[in-house]
Amino acid sequence: MMDGMRKIERDTAASDIKIQARSVQVFYGDTHAIKDVSVDILDKTVTAFIGPSGCGKSTFLRCLNRMNDTIDIARVQGDIHIDGDDIYDPSIDPVQLRAKVGMVFQKPNPFPKSIYDNIAYGPRIHGLARTKAELDEIVERSLRRGAIWDEVKDRLHEPGTGLSGGQQQRLCIARAVATEPEVLLMDEPCSALDPIATAQVEDLIDELRRNYSVVIVTHSMQQAARVSQKTAFFHLGNLVEYRETGQIFTNPEDARTESYITGRIG
Amino acid sequence: MADVTAGTNPGPKTVSTADVVRASLARRNRKQTLLQVLGLGAISFAFLMLFILIASLVSSGYHAFTQTHITLDVFIDPEEVPLERLPRGGFDDVLEASLASVLEDTDPNDRATMRALGGLLSNGAQFRLRDRVVEDPDLVGQTIAMTVPVSDPYDQLNKGLIDRETPEQHRRLKDFEIAWFDQLMAKEAISKPLNTGLIANADSRFPELAGLKGALIGSFWALFVCFVISFPLGIGAAIYLEEFAPKNKFSDLVEVNINNLAAVPSVVFGLLALAVFIGWFGLPRSAPFVGGMTLALMTMPTIIIATRAALKAVPPSIREAALGVGASKHQVVFGHVLPLAMPGILTGTIIGLAQALGETAPLLLIGMNAFITSAPSGPFDSATALPTQIFIWADSPERGFVSRTSAAILVLLGFLITMNAISIYLRNKFERSW
Repeated sequence: MMDGMRKIERDTAASDIKIQARSVQVFYGDTHAIKDVSVDILDKTVTAFIGPSGCGKSTFLRCLNRMNDTIDIARVQGDIHIDGDDIYDPSIDPVQLRAKVGMVFQKPNPFPKSIYDNIAYGPRIHGLARTKAELDEIVERSLRRGAIWDEVKDRLHEPGTGLSGGQQQRLCIARAVATEPEVLLMDEPCSALDPIATAQVEDLIDELRRNYSVVIVTHSMQQAARVSQKTAFFHLGNLVEYRETGQIFTNPEDARTESYITGRIG
Repeated sequence: MADVTAGTNPGPKTVSTADVVRASLARRNRKQTLLQVLGLGAISFAFLMLFILIASLVSSGYHAFTQTHITLDVFIDPEEVPLERLPRGGFDDVLEASLASVLEDTDPNDRATMRALGGLLSNGAQFRLRDRVVEDPDLVGQTIAMTVPVSDPYDQLNKGLIDRETPEQHRRLKDFEIAWFDQLMAKEAISKPLNTGLIANADSRFPELAGLKGALIGSFWALFVCFVISFPLGIGAAIYLEEFAPKNKFSDLVEVNINNLAAVPSVVFGLLALAVFIGWFGLPRSAPFVGGMTLALMTMPTIIIATRAALKAVPPSIREAALGVGASKHQVVFGHVLPLAMPGILTGTIIGLAQALGETAPLLLIGMNAFITSAPSGPFDSATALPTQIFIWADSPERGFVSRTSAAILVLLGFLITMNAISIYLRNKFERSW
């Protein structure tokens, strides 16, 4: 299992804090889903959120680009700053925030449009390209970053829904990076994929670390160990432990973390 | 195989699961067979009823798709039709005289005979002749060939709907009239072409002249107005309720009331339209415009409900995907959700319009069952609609309207089937998988 630990050896100390969360509470109606979570997420780093089902890791992830706003009964308290700006400040429009904080979802969800239009949609609505040539360039660059350019370059105008599951997910990643975000949130991006597609997406995540702060929610501890530099363990809405990935898997401080990674809870 | 102890048996006897299952198998299969037979029976019954309906309509309606005509050489006598008195003149006398010249045993000086001869032709024949002469006054003094409809009793006779064996006093045509008709038949002056008048003529008191043109145009305008009002309003309301409205007691109340509106009897909408559109706003009676607005009241709830269902059926993953790249709420709705919901919305709309096309009661209340002999030239002219035209004809005493009523019902059904077919086609064509 620890064969996958290769990537954590890399240097992480030089990174700056990208996202600063303080005393974040989330309520779904009467349910207290996130309890007083404070965390600093670094730039140019892959941060993994792990924990048993229902522990709140996806909920917390969705606070970071205010996707919880779309759920009527969800309430978020506390402070979350990205680059020092309070993202829950009334002056911040969620649209503006989501252009800066991209998201990839659990199930690949390409639009039922062509591959080209899937990528071009974000740049178009934000007005990032002035000419067709610029847009073409953005599409190509994004598909290359999504490590799917070679597979789709000859069929850019075929529907994105016709691709295989792994290709669809890489298309969604390419779509997310097309708007040049600074943070990329990934909610269990490999849970619907087979091992080969998973390996491709994991390589891609490691590649994306050069330009983005990547936050990934995963059920697979092996995946967290393979792709992340920092790992946060959530349990029952609490952030139990948040340290460098190597340390959390080899030398957990909290008894609950140890129970989880050794398979006794979860 | 695991042995189980039968719970109800007090004894130590044990039976295998397979034996227990086998014992109940026959009973279960019997129930299944019964269910299948009942289902099949229900469907057969429904089909039988549909078949009887269509068969009875066709068997009485097909007569209306042909119309008996007579071809005559008409001498336009300048004494009867003096040029200087046009468009007035004795066109009926001219026609009677030409009939008398063809038939034997007719005395042009016997007024009773001549009146009976005039009854052979449709009442519209003299007006057709007049129109031709007015258009081209040089025809006066010439002999022209004319093909005109015969009157309803002779049409019935030609179609075999008048029994020649019936005693004369109970028959609509006397023996001598039948003899005339037979003479004309022998001279091959009688023909039975396709009844284009059924579509090309407006309503008339005389069955042989009555057609659906006014009703078709009236229905077209009413449906057009109904669509223009209910489609945008219905979709707008549905989008607001489904995508933007806060979920609270008030929106629940609105939702319940929309569902109630869809179930309100149509005659109530007719009363509402009579009071509001005609009473307060002073809009014209019998106008397709008012009919369309009334039908829009009924169609709107249907469209709202269909649109909301279609919007709801769009998977949340598509919304999330669009929100995730930073689309605003309206971009999500108009760029992604609405296009995906469009097939469902169109299907619901067409079914709503098809319902509106067949709606009679509200149109009766706003006066669209008036007797109008010309087709409307716009949505504000008085007109009838297809269902109200059927209502009028069904109420008419002349024998010829029986088959015309059936024929009009067939035309209406044809439009309904076409609209439903279009909705199925659209649904299949634009349905997308994701």
